[in-house]
Amino acid sequence: MIAANLPALQVVIPLLAAPLALMLRRGSLSHLLALLVSVVSLLISYSLLQAVLTSGPISYAMGGWEPPWGIEYRVDAINAFVLLIVSVIGTVVMLAARTSVAAEIQEKKQSLFYTAYLLCLAGLLGITTTGDAFNVFVFLEISSLSTYILVSLGRDRRALTAAFQYLIMGTIGATFILIGVGLLYMTTGTLNMLDMAARLAPLTDSRTVQAAFAFLAVGTSLKLALFPLHLWLPNAYTYAPSMASAFLAATSTKVAVYVMLRFFFTIFGVEFSFDVMPLGIIFMALALLAIFAGSLVAIFQDNVKRLLAYSSIAQVGYMMLGVSFATQTGLVAAILHLFNHAMMKGGLFLALAAVCYSTGGTSIANFRGLGKTMPWTMMAIVLGGLSLIGVPLTVGFVSKWYLVLAALEQGYWPVAVLVLLGSLLAVIYIWKLVEAAYFQAPDEGAVVVKEAPLSLLLPTWILIGASIYFGIDTNLTVSAAESAAAALLGTGVQP
Amino acid sequence: MSTTLGLYNYWIVIFLMMVGLYIVIAHPNLIKKIVGLNIFQTSVFILYISMGKVKGGAAPILDDAVTVYSNPLPHVLILTAIVVGVSTTALALALIVRINEAYGSVEEDEIHDQDAPL
Repeated sequence: MIAANLPALQVVIPLLAAPLALMLRRGSLSHLLALLVSVVSLLISYSLLQAVLTSGPISYAMGGWEPPWGIEYRVDAINAFVLLIVSVIGTVVMLAARTSVAAEIQEKKQSLFYTAYLLCLAGLLGITTTGDAFNVFVFLEISSLSTYILVSLGRDRRALTAAFQYLIMGTIGATFILIGVGLLYMTTGTLNMLDMAARLAPLTDSRTVQAAFAFLAVGTSLKLALFPLHLWLPNAYTYAPSMASAFLAATSTKVAVYVMLRFFFTIFGVEFSFDVMPLGIIFMALALLAIFAGSLVAIFQDNVKRLLAYSSIAQVGYMMLGVSFATQTGLVAAILHLFNHAMMKGGLFLALAAVCYSTGGTSIANFRGLGKTMPWTMMAIVLGGLSLIGVPLTVGFVSKWYLVLAALEQGYWPVAVLVLLGSLLAVIYIWKLVEAAYFQAPDEGAVVVKEAPLSLLLPTWILIGASIYFGIDTNLTVSAAESAAAALLGTGVQP
Repeated sequence: MSTTLGLYNYWIVIFLMMVGLYIVIAHPNLIKKIVGLNIFQTSVFILYISMGKVKGGAAPILDDAVTVYSNPLPHVLILTAIVVGVSTTALALALIVRINEAYGSVEEDEIHDQDAPL
């Protein structure tokens, strides 16, 4: 009975837990609830992935209304994988949250933080599970609204303006998606994704469908922070509480990439998206610009959180570059990087939370001498940084390897060269951190810094450890990414 | 001519959408930005409501005398979107109140100037 309802429980449990967390009022109790819910959703997403890999896609009729009339929740290889990413990151971040949130957020606002986190989790899981185009918009807004709250809880007053800026741009993005879905409904008369895909196939010449495509392309690009629509991201990640940055950096852009893949590959189909519409060349150009602009700006940042935020924009560029090839290998690279980037960026932002906890800030000046005083945290940052660069034996290498392979497969060798040059820029901004931490002494008279507590170090090392482990043993991630890419490139409609 | 005038509600949609977006982009006052955002969202509400209209269709209540019904689904959908719009506005206004407390201003350029030397 419970097993049959897992796709719904995945979303309903965090959604119901959110008001409960608000009513508990005490930060510590809300945290326990949020941790418990995260662990439960991790177990559910793991069992869903197992079920999908052994017996194919799961279709769940919400409320017993049969698709295509009712809302269908549909779990296949790709969204089971994304669900796992979101719930793993949620669980690890919640393990670390108690210490960091207690230090950064006032006691009376802590339960609000966990409420917003649970809503955000419910929204992200909902976007991923649902098979209904309008439902995507609803969950997108649930996760976005709670994200604005999470960002605005930061200590600095600039968190407020960052949240406001994000709200404006996020709402415009979501409304564009709403327009796109509306135009699609206008032509197909259905909201169910599979039904829509089947009915769109003969409509490639329709101007309405092409307009819907354009609106969805811009809307999802805003949400996933594709250059030049990334302006909301650096401030939001910089001024949000450390835990919110860690959770959002590792999940929200990934889920937006998933939405884009779902719309362009499953619903519109690869022929329409890349042959009829010139998506490939546009994405390739923007992705390459994102890689260089993001990395170059990152080099000149003084605040390390902002540095990593710009690096995220570059990393989103790598994902979109993989998507722009629209080939099996390209998609494998993009989906692998989805997972790999979640691991390394999650780990790095958690390590930054530890630095912020011990030194009180995250500017480069705070890093002076940390190699000696916080050896474990700094080692995690260095390993995460190596992974961002793409050094062999880290996950970053695996996804870049597939990306270069995909570029060479198409004969785009200049693109492959540019990917490698982009990695060199990452060397520069990671080196800035290493130099400050290992080769500079702390300021005279500065407070003696102690290593971060185990409650922060352990979650950091879980993610950093994962980003090394999956860099060596690539069987699980590559096979999952391959089956996901095959599913996306298939006829669109899966048996 | 008939298509131009017959589709007048879509022209209104496009007009409101552009006006709303322009206000969001051009106005430095945060409250006016939210008003612009609301106009932008309202245009989408009208788009959805227009698409559910069937010429000569009655309200979708089962009755033997009626054969043509308007499509109620877009209207139901847009109710959800209106709720989302209202909550977005509420959250934005709450943020503006906090911004005003922290900076003593709701003008974007003045806020920006205060943060610049930090």
